[in-house]
Amino acid sequence: MSKCYINGIGCVSAQETTNESVEISDFETLTQSINPAKKQNYKEYIAPNMIRRMAAGVKMGIVASKKALEEAGINNPDAIITGTGMGCLVDSEKFLKAIIENDEQYLTPTPFIQSTHNTVGAQVALGLKCKSYNVTYVHANNSFETAAIDALLALNETADSVLIGGVDEIAKHSTYLHQLENLVKSEDEISNILKSDTQGYLASEGSQFFVLQKKKTSSTYAELVDVAIHDVLNQDQIADKLNSFLNTNNMSLADVDSIFLGVNGDKKGDDIYHSLCESLFKNKQQVYYKHLSGEYNTVTAFGLWIAAKCIKNQTIPEVLRLNDLKTDGFKTVLLYNQNRGEHHSFTLLKSC
Amino acid sequence: MERKVAITGLGIVSAIGMDVQENYNSLISKKDGISRVENFSTIHKEVIKVGEIKLTNEELIDKLGLPKINNYSRTALLAEVAALEAVEDAGIQNIQAYKTGFISSTSVGGMDMTERYFYSCVENKEERRYIPTHSAGDATSKVARRLGITEFVTTISTACSSATNAIMLGARMIKAGKLDRVIVGGADCLSKFTINGFKTLMILSEDNCRPFDKDRTGLNLGEAAAFLVLEAEDIAIKEGKNILAYVSGYANANDAFHQTASSGDGEGAGLAMEQALKVAGLHPSEIDYINAHGTATANNDLSESMAIVRVFKNEVPDISSTKAFTGHTLAAAGAIEAIYSVLALQNNIVFPNLNFENSIEETKIKPITEPLEKELNHVLSNSFGFGGNCASVIFSKAN
Amino acid sequence: MEKLKAELKERIIENLNLEDIEVSDINDNDPLFGEGLGLDSIDALELIVMLDKDYGIKIADPKEGKAIFESINTMATYISENKPA
Repeated sequence: MSKCYINGIGCVSAQETTNESVEISDFETLTQSINPAKKQNYKEYIAPNMIRRMAAGVKMGIVASKKALEEAGINNPDAIITGTGMGCLVDSEKFLKAIIENDEQYLTPTPFIQSTHNTVGAQVALGLKCKSYNVTYVHANNSFETAAIDALLALNETADSVLIGGVDEIAKHSTYLHQLENLVKSEDEISNILKSDTQGYLASEGSQFFVLQKKKTSSTYAELVDVAIHDVLNQDQIADKLNSFLNTNNMSLADVDSIFLGVNGDKKGDDIYHSLCESLFKNKQQVYYKHLSGEYNTVTAFGLWIAAKCIKNQTIPEVLRLNDLKTDGFKTVLLYNQNRGEHHSFTLLKSC
Repeated sequence: MERKVAITGLGIVSAIGMDVQENYNSLISKKDGISRVENFSTIHKEVIKVGEIKLTNEELIDKLGLPKINNYSRTALLAEVAALEAVEDAGIQNIQAYKTGFISSTSVGGMDMTERYFYSCVENKEERRYIPTHSAGDATSKVARRLGITEFVTTISTACSSATNAIMLGARMIKAGKLDRVIVGGADCLSKFTINGFKTLMILSEDNCRPFDKDRTGLNLGEAAAFLVLEAEDIAIKEGKNILAYVSGYANANDAFHQTASSGDGEGAGLAMEQALKVAGLHPSEIDYINAHGTATANNDLSESMAIVRVFKNEVPDISSTKAFTGHTLAAAGAIEAIYSVLALQNNIVFPNLNFENSIEETKIKPITEPLEKELNHVLSNSFGFGGNCASVIFSKAN
Repeated sequence: MEKLKAELKERIIENLNLEDIEVSDINDNDPLFGEGLGLDSIDALELIVMLDKDYGIKIADPKEGKAIFESINTMATYISENKPA
């Protein structure tokens, strides 16, 4: 197995994540049910004749990917692999609305083109004139994880550097429907997500990109050891599956110093985390991050971004801590995410 | 020794047949599946021709034995029919016996239901069950549950090359030892969304499409689902499986030229074919048949032919596009044509390219227009999608 | 005719999202595609829809668009000659 190092990261989110002077400890806990990403000065990153047709997801993806590539000093990766749960949802809605309202007449191509799920990965490639492998995964909460799994394969084959990323957008009517279905909280249900006793999460959007390379460099954040997904697991299978994932990587739970959990305030899914926190993960340093990022299909990429920064700095800011347990330095981090018992993922990181 | 990737099962539903045998019969008897839209209403009904599967959703629900009230999109219904056939064809009794994955692909996802209920479901609570089924991964997870696959399950969407990329990922997972067995393919149903989308690009033909013809008039959209069972050769042999063919080469490259159009010289397409040959360890002259992407748009067929001529020089193999049979089935196309490529290898037959009269002037490529019997050992299948996504896969005969 | 030309410029800027361009930046004879305003094949499709929606003129073959959309002058001439009565 060749090694895989995270050598460049970029993040657009509901927090000031493109401004290097803003620390994680400065991030503010989200208090709305719908939390748009912070606006960027896109003209700094994208030529005006390119930008005018770009969906928000494309713009966020380009900014995040440019930041990651710049940091790693790469301009032509051997693969560009993207995850997105819903693609450029705003344009999908726009085209759909036009079909319904205009009875299939006077439709224009731009929103249809943007609605194609691989439009972000494709436009990142187009901007770089990168002719390498380019694939987009669209499997709900495991979209970004599959991109990472593909990248690990690629680095074991012929690739030396791979750009991976996640991106998802908030779109108005879809979010409203998700509120009707109690997938997204309504404004009057907002509370501390750790104490939430209602269904649904805080909706958000964003894009995170990472340069993964075989070689360790001066910009290395961490080693990405392995990623595994389970489309569905019963609660009593989680421990077994986690142990066998760690075993394949010659580790056991005892080796893990810190667990980053996908707690998001949705009672229907959080019960699983809370019960693990009191059993399997009881003596582990527990971390959460979705009170800062909100929830979207590829938000685990935000989790990876946070984890990469924490490992590199060897500190976990207070705002992320779920319990009081503190360890001196930490080497091994596990990210665990699931959505109401489906789309479980384990992501294993090591400090370098 | 690297593990070889064997194909041990096939399943398909398309406009030319509800299973593998029906598809094969249509291909060799030149019976196309192009007609008018009947299953739903669209103002373009009398204008465009499509490759529609003539079973209604209710008939598919019956066929699958699902409860009358369910939340399957048509994409999921088609996917489940094809995936069940593939698993049965591979003689898999216990899906948990080996580390088995499921990789599907789609471009439409649950859009066929979303476009019906997007606004009305606010008032009508019954319709809200389709809200979570809009996601592209929903159909994949439903079929995975039905098959009993719980672990590595994912969905690819790279527009019209999606299923070819699914085959590629599946083969790589087996070679890397991450999976022993994987069911790969794709599904897309017809929807107003895609019909109108392609209409805005002005590339829908009003007649039956004519791949590689000088006077081609654009594409016919189609709907389909197809899955292949891939197994590590050692396991297939141990289990005494009938190996239908091998996945021997694959590649994905990006044209990086334009959001929707292919470059004039088909650079990405050429790269994909060359790299697939390299992975397979084959010389271009060893390819006996190319099942082309051949959508019959002005842009694709010229770009693809230019790339083929560049890669194969004076030895362009027998070539045909089967899109005139099925229509362009978008994300599913790569899996549909993978199955046709395997059938070609098994039966030593090149399937005809319908509706062709005169060659494109720039490349003079003349596709095969009648079923042609000949010894086939290696077949190349191309799939290209929006965003410059170019994928090629090579299938080789089982000895 | 002058009114039509001014209207076309406004609509092009709006429909094609040309944020940094003002009506006064577009001369009647400037090429709209390639070197001039830098429009591309997707913009041509957008303009075909604009002709249909705003002026009731249908163009069936996108290739026809090339000559029609050469400049504001050619567009205005085409519209005034083909606009349904």
